[in-house]
Amino acid sequence: MSLYGGLRVRNVGKVYDPEGIHVVALQDISLDIAPGEFCVVVGPSGCGKTTLLNIIAGFDTLTSGEIDMDGSTLTAPGRRLSPGADRMVVFQHGALFPWKTVLWNVTCGPVLQGRLPRAEAEAQARALLAGTGLAGIEGQYPGELSSGMRRRVELVRALMNDPKVLLLDEPFRALDALTRSVMHEHLLKLYDLARKTVFFITHDLEEAIFLADRVVVMTTRPGRVKKVIRVDLPRPRDYRILTSLRYGQLEEEALEAIHEEALKAFETGERELA
Amino acid sequence: MTEKNSGGELRWIRGPRPYLLLAGFAIFLAAWHLATAVLKVPVFSKIPPPAVVLREWFNPEPFFGVSVYTSLYYSHIAYSVYRAYTAFALAVLLGVPLGILIGWNRTFKEYAFPLVEIFRPIPPLSWVPLAILMLPGTEPPVIFVTFIAAFFATVLNTLLGVQSIDRSYFRAAQCLGFSRRDMLLHVVIPGAMPHVFTGLQIAMGLSWVALVAGEMIAGKRGLGYMIYDAYSMVQIPTIIMGMLTLGFLGFFSSALVRFLGRRLMAWRSY
Amino acid sequence: MLRMVRSTALWRGLGGIALFIALWEAASLLKLPFLRFVPAPHILFASVVETIQTQAYWSAVVISARRVVIGYLIGVALGVPIGLAFGVSRVFKGLFFPVFETLRPIPPLAWVPLSILLWPTMEQTVISVIFLGSYFTVVINVLGGVETVDLRYVRAAFSMGASRWQVFWRVVLPATSPSIFTGMAVAMGLTWEIVVAAEMVSSIGSGQTGLGAMMWQAYVGGVIPLIITAMVSIGLAGLLFSALIWQIGAFATRWRRLV
Repeated sequence: MSLYGGLRVRNVGKVYDPEGIHVVALQDISLDIAPGEFCVVVGPSGCGKTTLLNIIAGFDTLTSGEIDMDGSTLTAPGRRLSPGADRMVVFQHGALFPWKTVLWNVTCGPVLQGRLPRAEAEAQARALLAGTGLAGIEGQYPGELSSGMRRRVELVRALMNDPKVLLLDEPFRALDALTRSVMHEHLLKLYDLARKTVFFITHDLEEAIFLADRVVVMTTRPGRVKKVIRVDLPRPRDYRILTSLRYGQLEEEALEAIHEEALKAFETGERELA
Repeated sequence: MTEKNSGGELRWIRGPRPYLLLAGFAIFLAAWHLATAVLKVPVFSKIPPPAVVLREWFNPEPFFGVSVYTSLYYSHIAYSVYRAYTAFALAVLLGVPLGILIGWNRTFKEYAFPLVEIFRPIPPLSWVPLAILMLPGTEPPVIFVTFIAAFFATVLNTLLGVQSIDRSYFRAAQCLGFSRRDMLLHVVIPGAMPHVFTGLQIAMGLSWVALVAGEMIAGKRGLGYMIYDAYSMVQIPTIIMGMLTLGFLGFFSSALVRFLGRRLMAWRSY
Repeated sequence: MLRMVRSTALWRGLGGIALFIALWEAASLLKLPFLRFVPAPHILFASVVETIQTQAYWSAVVISARRVVIGYLIGVALGVPIGLAFGVSRVFKGLFFPVFETLRPIPPLAWVPLSILLWPTMEQTVISVIFLGSYFTVVINVLGGVETVDLRYVRAAFSMGASRWQVFWRVVLPATSPSIFTGMAVAMGLTWEIVVAAEMVSSIGSGQTGLGAMMWQAYVGGVIPLIITAMVSIGLAGLLFSALIWQIGAFATRWRRLV
């Protein structure tokens, strides 16, 4: 169980001002994530969950409030810790470098940072890839792989980077439902190996409950925490849990909250900003 | 995902395309022949029929001194090729780094880009008089004018290439702990390559355009000069030969750049 | 507007230009061999101010502009339909595109001698060369536009019962219009480059003096500031005219910003 990556989000607000239109993306949002916890934030499009992720990752600044990690300030108004290897992001549309081989992609973090010599990094990478069923593709380019395979490679890359917090921005959104459910099991397998702190955002409630230790439901813009649900399903989890009684109860608990927000978002025609 | 409405490469030979191609050329040549040899349309009275051009082009003892069999023809070609490719190489060597710098470094861009944009609209050919005055000899002015044409196109396309790199790649690189140098080598340069090569194809085409003009005005050899010289001595078949040779060389050069691009970016064919 | 004045980008840009002019002035004072014939900025500036007040300058501008516009418009008038035809009819493309592609790489200037022999007046020669330049560019851009029309729009129209004619006018043409305007804007920039070349080459004994001819005469006569004035004028004209076309295009395809 990881001891690092505990995040405290305190009264964070984010206001955008693109072309003079004042947009409040986040308003007074507070959240605590324990080290090693798998936290999933669910909310409709435009609720600000991606904005929050970007702020934690260091790609964006906040306008009010504070976030700290393991006791030291991560970001505050006017201050921002640049993105780094401690908070590794897995992007929605994938960001594997298409012009490099799988092996290079996966090992570049530790090697370029000087943390591991190339040979050792490659050995580790091969082992991890084999562990997720991707042995033998190291020399190929991302363009040759299926989208499911690419996502798995990207997860391996993220883990090889040994971050304190793993930030996942709706990583399975572009996959078809069947591939997605298999990816969930893969992700949990990898999570179980290292138990890093995970911050995962999605709009899919089922995905959220299946993966999380805690599910955080967000309101539509301006984003705030609406409800927090502790998911006490035992680990390791597999797809059969989806039809269990406890799962059904948890879903019922969360569904009303999120459906209400979904309806609100639908009516106001919110579009994604970030 | 858009689909192009043309046939697949492998089915090309078996499809109607090659036959239409030949038919098209045949129609063009027939029309040319008709207008000049048969109907003798007055407007085209000075233009020789295709047969005359071809006869001269492949004549061991050409009337006007230039044909596939004369070394003069190849000498002209050699000069033109040397100038075009030298200017192109210079444009690439100077233009790509400049484009990358402008595209990547916001501060540098703010200082340098306005200057570039002021000089860019000035047609390359209008540099000819100034080039002759500034640079010694006969070769440098011609190469300089050609260089200008290729240079700005290269800078612009390289710049666009850098700017077109998805923000996610930069962010991922930051998360992976890349230094500025790592970013340049492993993200910026490879990421911009597709656009850069498109730009290089365009630049190559523009080089030829500028080169011809330069040669016509200032050169002593080369295809542009050959055309101009033939014109002044009313050797029309030679003019047409020169034009078609230029067309072919231009097309071939662009194809060469395209081919090199495909080789260097093997990752793209998937 | 106020935001623009306060932006660092503007000041840095001006700074870069100022630095360039300062270096130029210094090099001129130092009498570097490279710049032996190039006038110092202050001399050039005085000359420019003087020149733009002369009648001869402005009539040159008008003459060149007229040639550009005529050649350009004919090029567009022929180029758009042919580009559309290439894109829509596989047979037409198969027949005539290879010939087109063989003639396209021939630099416009290489057509000048032939054109002089072909056309009775110099004016027509210059216009015909300009026409060629704009024509090839427009066709290629329009063709590219037709070929990348999302097939789904076409299929949707057919499934709603549209005839082929309707699909062409109501779907293909509007969808291609951004490319048509792009082609037109690029061609406009190109025609100004060509007019210089065409006028320079054909200025040997032609009637009217356009900007390109004026530049060549300035070179022959050794009036160097005038050369530079002409160069910059042509560049500026090209910029302004293409910007105009861009604006028209942007207005005509306003729906794009929302897609």
